[in-house]
Amino acid sequence: MNQPASLPAAGTAKLFLLPIMTLAQREVVRFVRQRTRVIGALIQPILFWILFGAGLRGSFKAPEWAAAGMTYQEYFFPGVAVMILMFTAIFSTISIIEDRKEGFLQGVLVSPVPRTSIVLGKLLGGTILAVLQAVLFIFLGPLLNIVGLAPDFETGITLARLVPLILFLFLLGFSLTALGYLIAWPMESTQGFHAIMSVFLMPMWLLSGSFFPAGESGWLSWIIRANPLTYGVTGLRRILTSGPGLPSAPGNPSMIVCLTVTAVVCIIYVAIAIWMTQQRATRNAR
Amino acid sequence: MSSNPQIQKSASQIRVNEISHRYGERLALNQLSFEVRSSEIFGLLGPNGGGKTTLFRLLSTLLPIQSGSANIADLDLATYARQVRTLIGVTFQSPSLDGKLTVLENLKHQAHLYGISGAPMRERIQTALQHLGLTDRKHDLAESLSGGLKRRVEIAKGLLHSPQVLLLDEPSTGLDPGARHDLWKYLKQLQREEGVTILITTHLMEEAEHCDRLGILHQGELVALGTPDELRASVGGDCLTIHSDDLEQLSQQISAKFGVTPQTINHSLRLEHARGHELLKDLIDAFPELVTSVSLGKPTLEDVFIHETGHQFWQAEETV
Repeated sequence: MNQPASLPAAGTAKLFLLPIMTLAQREVVRFVRQRTRVIGALIQPILFWILFGAGLRGSFKAPEWAAAGMTYQEYFFPGVAVMILMFTAIFSTISIIEDRKEGFLQGVLVSPVPRTSIVLGKLLGGTILAVLQAVLFIFLGPLLNIVGLAPDFETGITLARLVPLILFLFLLGFSLTALGYLIAWPMESTQGFHAIMSVFLMPMWLLSGSFFPAGESGWLSWIIRANPLTYGVTGLRRILTSGPGLPSAPGNPSMIVCLTVTAVVCIIYVAIAIWMTQQRATRNAR
Repeated sequence: MSSNPQIQKSASQIRVNEISHRYGERLALNQLSFEVRSSEIFGLLGPNGGGKTTLFRLLSTLLPIQSGSANIADLDLATYARQVRTLIGVTFQSPSLDGKLTVLENLKHQAHLYGISGAPMRERIQTALQHLGLTDRKHDLAESLSGGLKRRVEIAKGLLHSPQVLLLDEPSTGLDPGARHDLWKYLKQLQREEGVTILITTHLMEEAEHCDRLGILHQGELVALGTPDELRASVGGDCLTIHSDDLEQLSQQISAKFGVTPQTINHSLRLEHARGHELLKDLIDAFPELVTSVSLGKPTLEDVFIHETGHQFWQAEETV
């Protein structure tokens, strides 16, 4: 009795990677089939960008480290890209709650798939969607200038910067999807998720330097500096800035700091997500 | 520890040993023990809320074992959950399909979860689709299927990786009689040709009749265990079902005259008696006015259930 029946080695690799790919693919297919989600996650941030851009143009005071003549819409540009990442990540992780309700999740949980693969598959799917939408915005957003809905500005994206851009978006997207996973996994209802979204995720985004600059002092600037998302927004801003780049300043951390903080936070989120998924719990059974 | 040990064939494929399970304060399973032999169809019969689904979730590794132990193919569920998962096929009562995907896509993802891909996957999916009569629906979105068809896809999912042990939770829910018949034909074929061990939960008596052995679960306890014939024999004698316009009066008069107390079940009186045919005649002679109809029969599984659960208290006293 109780002899350890080890899984064959080749089978183990297949049992690890294949489920990741299949779960990620499912995520993408589902998203594309639900058009309203595509529209919601992309159009709303673009509307924000146009409307706030127009509305706050007059009152915006560019931070000292910014290039001369920076408009609000230009400042807001990386923040909107991060918002798209965040919204898409949230929409894809909210489906955990639906998967549990609809029963799909229990089918996955009784399969021999390592729990790590379940988490990574879900996160990979969400991240691919998030990155695709953010890239779409980064390339198409400035074209709104043609119809007068955006200022004429350089995104700083060259062919050489395309790879770092996508890699950074991927890292940040993965981190945000993992955060969404952490919130969604213990949730019983999507209403609960929406509540968390308004009291936690939206303020986190607002206080990340995406909507307004951190400033030099005061409690608000400290909150912004303590917010891990600030480093994602600033990292993206640096990649999206043409020319010699931005100087490091308080509230404007260097690229290496941005990368390190974003990566460490991502690893922490993913580790907790895996740990949570490993627990057998009543709520996973229907 | 060898690198690739064969899983030993033993007489029992599933062994449940003093399993108890609580949801908060509520005791859902109480000290349950039984074994399912290799290549048998074992039924867990009981009303909803009796603990069948909890046991099913424990065996399918969804819930943690709180107390007691359970083995599948000699592997302890608490320690070797992942190995157990490769050996079991699970069909849930509630669908586990992704409605936004087609039948074929659902099956492909399922195969991938079990490490099956490429040509072997296509072959298995084709076989499963054929067996369950789903071939011409494979490109339909799962959410567009009827309840019965969804259930068939569900069963196809559970069978894709050719499990040694099949766990089915109320598999014929939502199936019409024809589909139910086909399902049982297929399950018996699996048992016969591939030696699959099947554990099934059901609250349907006619379904329980198909099982090799049955366990009757009531309020978290196993109240009877045996083949359908053994269980029926345990009731003893014949069963009389008596209809009357005044059940209460008839019941009182029967106990006064014959010294047996009938049970009132579903607007009729029910009696178990060793010599039912004699009692039948006496009853009609004694109460021609009160008795509207009497039927006499050998005990059914329903009688077993009533016998085991209705008389639980004095039966327990008897055994002490």
